[in-house]
Amino acid sequence: MTTTIAPSRTAQNPLTAGQLPPWAPWGLLGVSLLIGAAIAGLIAGASGSDFSVVIVGLVGFVLYLVSVTVVSQLIEGGRKAADRLVTGLVVGAFLLALIPLISLIVTVVVNGAARFDLQFFTWTMRNIVGEGGGVLHAIVGTVLVTLWAAIISVPVGIFTAIYLVEYGRGALAKAITFFVDVMTGIPSIVAGLFAYALFALFAGEGVRSGLGGAVALSLLMIPTVVRSTEEMLKLVPNDLREASLALGVPKWLTIAKVVLPTALAGIVTGVTLAIARVIGETAPLLIIAGFTTNMNYNVFDGRMMTLPVFAYNQYISPGVQEQAYFDRAWSAALVLILIVMILNIGARVIAHFFAPKSGR
Amino acid sequence: MTTAAPAAPRAAVTNRPADIVFKAVSTTAGVLILIALGGVALFLVVQAVPAIIGPIPEEEGANFWAWVWPLTFGTLWSALLAMVMAVPLAVAIALFITHYAPRKLAQFLGYLIDLLAAIPSVIYGLWGIAVLAPFFQPGYIWLAQNLGWLPLFSPPASGTGRTILTASIVLAVMVLPIITALCREIFLQTPRLNEEAALALGATRWEMIKMAVLPHGRSGIIASSILGLGRALGETMAVAMVLASSGVVSFVLIGSQNPSTIAANIALRFPEAHGITVNMLIGSGLVLFAITLLVNALSRWIIAKTTVDGGR
Repeated sequence: MTTTIAPSRTAQNPLTAGQLPPWAPWGLLGVSLLIGAAIAGLIAGASGSDFSVVIVGLVGFVLYLVSVTVVSQLIEGGRKAADRLVTGLVVGAFLLALIPLISLIVTVVVNGAARFDLQFFTWTMRNIVGEGGGVLHAIVGTVLVTLWAAIISVPVGIFTAIYLVEYGRGALAKAITFFVDVMTGIPSIVAGLFAYALFALFAGEGVRSGLGGAVALSLLMIPTVVRSTEEMLKLVPNDLREASLALGVPKWLTIAKVVLPTALAGIVTGVTLAIARVIGETAPLLIIAGFTTNMNYNVFDGRMMTLPVFAYNQYISPGVQEQAYFDRAWSAALVLILIVMILNIGARVIAHFFAPKSGR
Repeated sequence: MTTAAPAAPRAAVTNRPADIVFKAVSTTAGVLILIALGGVALFLVVQAVPAIIGPIPEEEGANFWAWVWPLTFGTLWSALLAMVMAVPLAVAIALFITHYAPRKLAQFLGYLIDLLAAIPSVIYGLWGIAVLAPFFQPGYIWLAQNLGWLPLFSPPASGTGRTILTASIVLAVMVLPIITALCREIFLQTPRLNEEAALALGATRWEMIKMAVLPHGRSGIIASSILGLGRALGETMAVAMVLASSGVVSFVLIGSQNPSTIAANIALRFPEAHGITVNMLIGSGLVLFAITLLVNALSRWIIAKTTVDGGR
């Protein structure tokens, strides 16, 4: 109301009068960070502690918000000031969210490099106390359990999606859609308990097996596969189906030869992402697959170590030479993160390069 | 040339054996999911009943419900704390990606946030213990000294930093990408004309968001928050590893006596459990299942309600 119009100042250009120049926020940010650095330096000098980047960021950010709001309020008025304040907050929120991501990846890479060697990938933990040993048994276990989970859940997931998109009408389809949604929300530990309860029926109390882990994982994987496949099938143009049916092709052949190939890239992407999601699951495997130091190739019988459980177990119950166990845990975490990232990037590459061209 | 088969045009469209088989296979797959879910509920109930109706070991508590209550409290309390931190941040990030970031960068920045969701929870656990807890521990001591009169920060502060507040921060980081992803989609669906009309009338960007984007996305924000809450309730490993729990009921955020959560308690005790303890743990899993079911159903209901009468 009061200060929005400022004709009295030396208004060279009436269009830019009453506005902050574009460099002003950056200048204020730089000054704020400098002051933050000065304060952090004073604190470090006074208390003898290390120079804290956290204080620089925190003080600098708060100072920037205050100064940009005040300056904008004086020159541009209240509405612009609020706008600049919110812009600062929103950008700050995004940067804040990047901190854990960067910190986590740096921590895992730095700590994981210690044991990222050949022995780590070629040895098991059989008869290993203290240093040495490796994760071969855990990698084999992870691959087998995930493979079986995929064998169970991919056909079920894809056929369910086909049912929902191509056949499903009425109450059954509605019920399936609803319960697939419900399944998405099942906590992973409950999936593990379910697999335990199921296998305990046949094999008695205390049962542990890789297949149980696969069942638990497929319970978590199926809804993801159904959802993504359903989305992809819905994207297939109806014209294609109608053209095929009009040529006299049976419906099942239309689905198998026209609809599925068109949606294939998307389905493969969805399945890859679903695998990436379950391959890092720890809780269900901790319950039903258990842990062991030995190699086990048989998913139907006996305890089976997996990478996430290995990382957990090494870190939570270290032996006498603690550091050796911690190093192994971090290296296993690094391997796990690499696998998940490769799967994620692979899924995106597939989606990008093999997607059907839309033609317009 | 070709002697057209006279009967061909009348080939019945229906009743081809292969068609019937294919449809049957598809339907079976769908029904299998229903059976599996029914099985989850049934098996859990069967395994839980001995602990729920029968006596439990004396050192655990008076009965099943007295035993499971502190765990339920811890589950709800930690998830609530995580939500308080995650929801405003997630909304702000979604706004940044949809309305502030340069167009060309937006998709990449969104992918960065999605990466947070791809990281396995056991790694969050390792990170929480090794980095986050020592990082916040001096802050907890400061809080206990200066704000100790508040019940939330009553001293003594934890010596390790592995408190319920640290666990909740880890949880908040984990649910952040889920809420952000949903909010992003909802904000992108804001009718373009509404946004442009607001801007054309001279609104600043924040006023445009306040008038057009947020009212349109309000129910979406609520629904996605509840979905994130469901995820936070069921999260196991990160809490099991980070939290130094002692099974008390306490609102103190920074102390060494912390309530445990259902999921973390199962993960920590199941490997060594036998006899009635297994039934008790499965019973607590059933309680968790019921809570998450309720929360997710609520969220779905809100989403379904708004997509029907929402729109444009």
